[in-house]
Amino acid sequence: MWKALQDLIYNGGVVRLLPGHVIMWAIAFTLLYLAVKKRYEPLLLLPIGFGILVVNLPITALMEPNQGLLWYFYHYGIASGIIPPLIFLGLGAMTDFGPVIANPKTLLLGAGAQVGLYFTFFATLLAGFNLREAAAIAIIGGADGPTTIYVGSVLAPHLLGATAVVAYTYMALVPIIQPPIMRLLTTKEERRIVMRNLRPVGSLEKILFPVVTAVVVMLVVPAAAPLISMFMLGNLFKESGVVERLTRASENEIMNATTVFLGIAVGATMTAQTFLQPRVLFIFFMGLFAFAASTATGILLAKVMNLFLKEKINPLIGAAGVSAVPMSARVVHKVGSEANKRTYLLMFAMGPNVAGVIGTLVAAAIFISMLK
Amino acid sequence: MANLTSPMPGKVMAIKVAVGDKVEVEDELIILEALKMETPIYAEDAGTVAAIKVKEGEAVKVGDVLVVIE
Repeated sequence: MWKALQDLIYNGGVVRLLPGHVIMWAIAFTLLYLAVKKRYEPLLLLPIGFGILVVNLPITALMEPNQGLLWYFYHYGIASGIIPPLIFLGLGAMTDFGPVIANPKTLLLGAGAQVGLYFTFFATLLAGFNLREAAAIAIIGGADGPTTIYVGSVLAPHLLGATAVVAYTYMALVPIIQPPIMRLLTTKEERRIVMRNLRPVGSLEKILFPVVTAVVVMLVVPAAAPLISMFMLGNLFKESGVVERLTRASENEIMNATTVFLGIAVGATMTAQTFLQPRVLFIFFMGLFAFAASTATGILLAKVMNLFLKEKINPLIGAAGVSAVPMSARVVHKVGSEANKRTYLLMFAMGPNVAGVIGTLVAAAIFISMLK
Repeated sequence: MANLTSPMPGKVMAIKVAVGDKVEVEDELIILEALKMETPIYAEDAGTVAAIKVKEGEAVKVGDVLVVIE
């Protein structure tokens, strides 16, 4: 009987635990704490945290190729490129492009924030990462989880876990990261600008927008097809008003189910071997740089545009091009309201905010088509 | 007579004044909820609240009259 007990212990995982595993547990518990107690992006950080925990338990074979449960989730869900586009289907079904249609200049602002990605790309290259890794890290500045995961899975799977965790963490920290930069780059006068007259948008325009956008983007950047087609299809579901069951499924069942698999699979890539390297710590710094750079370029583009506009835009809305929807739009509104109680920027900031999702998507496709 | 109109779509979360209150410019009159954010709406004119045209929980569009001030 003692032998049976001995066998159980020797065949079990406890004797095979390494310090690396325990460190990863600490990271897993930190993410779980942030998700549950602090409510930082719990929909992603909770499954990611749990995935990290279970994959850092020895000989479970959860990530064993062609064998492990989590490997199957990762291989068929993420590596295959299926899950991120499905998440975009859900996002499209939840997004209102009205503010963009009402004020098409905001499409430019959505692009402006992406310029920050390119600064981050070059800074990351200087830091010693290779081209594909730099792209996977730079895309963090787009503040879009599924896009970050998509680019990571295609260009730098060994950094996927780190870039995803960094992206979601900083998205939750947008209210802390953005305001100082916003105040630094704008004058009080500029922050006080009142924006008016967001014109009402007709339902025909809202139906044409996803179709036209899909066609244009796919013609110009074919590599964007998987993400933009699903994003616009979801939006078309919503705006057509004739497929409510499909819209509901997209924004609820499909979105929620794929989020579960996405989170677990991403967490499962973070084994001690892949994650515990000094360069990973660097990704935390570069991620912050990416968010800051994108905020800055968004605001600066808005200021440049104001040189040519008769009715000035409040440059703060450029910061909403960092497409953490709708968090950065809310931050823009608050900072504007602090400067001038009479300015209500929320709906105006939603324009760059959702345009920024398209912008990040296009930037991702450009990275992928050039570096794959 | 001045109408305070809603600058954005949202739901009336709280009404901070009553008919007859004296208000100054930039006093908080109504709180709207939009995109899950509490958004205070501030007075554009000073005067006395003559009428409150919305109820708590009511959905409003851009341009809907919220409060009438005289």
